[in-house]
Amino acid sequence: MIRFSVNGERIETDVAADTPLLWFLRDNLQMTGTKYGCGIALCGACTVHINGEPSRSCSTLLSAVAGKRVTTIEDISTTPIGKKVQAAWLSEDVVQCGYCQSGQIMSAIALLTKVKNPTDVQIDDAMAGNICRCGTYNRVRAAIKVAASGTAAKPVAPAKTPTAKAKA
Amino acid sequence: MKQLFENNVVPMKRRQFLKASAAATGGLVIGFQLPGGNKMAQAQAAPAPNTTPNAFLRIARDGSVTVLVKHLEFGQGVMTSLPMLVAEELDCDWSKVRSEMAPAAPQFAHTMFGMQMTGGSSSVSNSWTQMRTVGAAARMMLVSAGAAKWKVDAAKCRTNNGFVIGPAGQKESFGTLADAANALTVPTNVKLKEAKDFKVIGKPTRRIDAPSKINGSAIFGLDVTAKEVPNLHTAVVLHPPIFGAKVKRLDASKVHGVPGVSHVIQTANGVAVIAKTFWAAKKGRDLLDVQWDLAPGSKANTADLRKSYRALAQTPGVIAKAGNVESLKTAVKTVTAEYEVPFLAHAPMEPLNCTVSVKADSCEIWVGSQFQTVDQGAAAKVAGLKPEQVKLNTIIAGGGFGRRANPTSDYVIEAVEIALKAKVPVKTVWTREDDIKGGYYRPMYVHRANAGLDAAGKIVAWDHTVVGQSIIAGTAFEPMMVKGGIDATSVEGVTDTPYDIPNMQTSLHTTQTGVPVLWWRSVGHTHTAFVMETMMDDLAKEAGKDPVAFRRDHLGKHPRIANVLAMAADKAGWGSPLPNGVARGVAVHESFGTVCAQVVEVSLDKGKIKVGRVVAAIDCGIAVNPLTISAQVESAIAFGLSAALYGQVTLKDGVVEQSNFHDYQVLRIAEMPKVEVHVVPSTAAPSGVGEPGTPPIAPAVSNALFALTGKRLRELPFKV
Repeated sequence: MIRFSVNGERIETDVAADTPLLWFLRDNLQMTGTKYGCGIALCGACTVHINGEPSRSCSTLLSAVAGKRVTTIEDISTTPIGKKVQAAWLSEDVVQCGYCQSGQIMSAIALLTKVKNPTDVQIDDAMAGNICRCGTYNRVRAAIKVAASGTAAKPVAPAKTPTAKAKA
Repeated sequence: MKQLFENNVVPMKRRQFLKASAAATGGLVIGFQLPGGNKMAQAQAAPAPNTTPNAFLRIARDGSVTVLVKHLEFGQGVMTSLPMLVAEELDCDWSKVRSEMAPAAPQFAHTMFGMQMTGGSSSVSNSWTQMRTVGAAARMMLVSAGAAKWKVDAAKCRTNNGFVIGPAGQKESFGTLADAANALTVPTNVKLKEAKDFKVIGKPTRRIDAPSKINGSAIFGLDVTAKEVPNLHTAVVLHPPIFGAKVKRLDASKVHGVPGVSHVIQTANGVAVIAKTFWAAKKGRDLLDVQWDLAPGSKANTADLRKSYRALAQTPGVIAKAGNVESLKTAVKTVTAEYEVPFLAHAPMEPLNCTVSVKADSCEIWVGSQFQTVDQGAAAKVAGLKPEQVKLNTIIAGGGFGRRANPTSDYVIEAVEIALKAKVPVKTVWTREDDIKGGYYRPMYVHRANAGLDAAGKIVAWDHTVVGQSIIAGTAFEPMMVKGGIDATSVEGVTDTPYDIPNMQTSLHTTQTGVPVLWWRSVGHTHTAFVMETMMDDLAKEAGKDPVAFRRDHLGKHPRIANVLAMAADKAGWGSPLPNGVARGVAVHESFGTVCAQVVEVSLDKGKIKVGRVVAAIDCGIAVNPLTISAQVESAIAFGLSAALYGQVTLKDGVVEQSNFHDYQVLRIAEMPKVEVHVVPSTAAPSGVGEPGTPPIAPAVSNALFALTGKRLRELPFKV
């Protein structure tokens, strides 16, 4: 049995310990907001927070999250920074296809949690691992700055707070 | 396998995307019917909304307005732009507008191509009249319903933001009038607004789909789970190591030991391992022991192709455009150059996937498809059904760039074959490696061009040869798009060059390699613009002219293109001083009815190309959503720049040498230039937006590097 938490829910599972967290979230918990893009920690689409640190869930085995706190995109609007970042993403009309944006947002929130007003270089460093094939990078940068300065143009309704129910 | 929660938890609520969520009974439903192409026909007799496959618009009693979008949303913004067209004429409250993707059905065919599809940067242009007509007709019906209720002349009623208003100030919401309107005949004499009266079109409008894409609730194809499709399994397929190889011997004994694996199935193009979860299926696939018959496969080598293509380029091919190139002999100066561009993978962020559930007399598919009715027909054939027995649900896609528009429907028919054989619902998932190695690339091409100038610095003649595979040959599109042995997509952008060239000849060698190829964002223009626009730069240099002035001097018959070029040059401060170590380059190209010019500023940072700034001007007709147009131009630039700096798929003895984002690199945030997009005001009908920003970026960067270093780069990706 591996025990950890996802978005505050306590998880206890006997799914194979070599299963990447990503696929446990997606296939076992059916929480599909966290995306598969490359499988080897090159694209950042699968970014979640583990004990607050941005982590690539595709390359993090279940055995490595034992006893830890996992936060995913589905629950990020429960934090003040998460709310600000989501609002900024809307005000800057960041998304296009949207597939990478869960990961972009999780990386951005991790950055802003540590650095209140990041410089361009700090943004480059923090977001370097998140690929966007639609090329939304300039808007990602702008949205991070908007979130940092608290000048988002309009409020956003809080996202639903999904919780998960296990399936065999 | 089992998981336990120690707490009681509420099941996650997901958007009920598979059922028409506007489950309101009644309301107004507007559709088109076949036959009659895009002519307005009868109103639907108010069936339940989710059984009205050809409805484009539903107005529910609560006043919500749902537009069914016939195209795939994969980033280009159709779930916002098409509803804007409807809303412009409907005069509804924008905050009540919803957007839903239409199912696959002939009624949702592209108005120009006759099939349901998304491509050619044509989603807005082909819907321009159709969607406004839907909105205008619905508005007329609502007005008639209001007038009838108040027993007044409809001509004396008006609408305002979701309400019909009568001559004495009577006022009813669209929702209240929807049932009565639905009983009326759809008018055929619909008058559309003049551009000067537009209120919605031209207004920068944030995307309708954005809120669902910032909280993980948007459902992409890969996100279809057992919640939507009970008993859903996942398949991962081992494809042949080289294109066209076949399974000779299969040993799956080790696979069956993997917990969760339920099936191992040999398919037409490999071996599928099926399990309850992706990870189990993938683990199983990794344990497959397959011997391949390589004999029927392609042994293509990039190095050999390069040699043979370059040799072919020295000889004239099939004439695509005839011209008197003898006059090159009269030239006082000539430029002769060879160009090479590689195979390119599309690499959309969401790897390919397709979910299929087959029953005795029906089949249901969930897929992010650019080719809905093509895929529906292909699936029907594999399943032994009629197309109308296949329900294809279009799911938003995480990019596509052409890969999800395959005339062979490769990944769809593979998924159908697997579900059919497994006798359970299956989501077939491609890994990133499967995607990069899986073929259907932008073809490799070599160009050779020879152009000459007269004493006045004007082009006198241009002899051009293109070598590469045909994207269209062998597909159902061949009769339409291959004429006289010339695949139009191999030479578009060369044969139709707008430059004033009195004698121009273009010929084409169509090659065969066994490597599957496909259109890739901006298709032939991906390579032809690179060649034409760097040649023009070399010729400007030879003529001793400024690159912008030289182009303008050859655009006498094309003031629209000259105007876009001038705008980009002006906004970029063309000719103004730059810091040391920074140089500008320019390119302009027309594609998909749209002209895009770009001026780039480039420097070298420790031998690495740094594109600091791109100023783009675009003339795409009436700008429906300026916010999306800017986003798409930024996107097209990033996509083209990824290819110019990094993109290449190479083959050794038939084996693709790349596999994932470490060796098929794409642009990252620090490499994204600052981009300014300037839209030329226009009263012409809208033209393409998604692709035309891609062709100019590679030549503009090459031209800037030439200005910076004096060295001309004619191969992609750039090697400095």
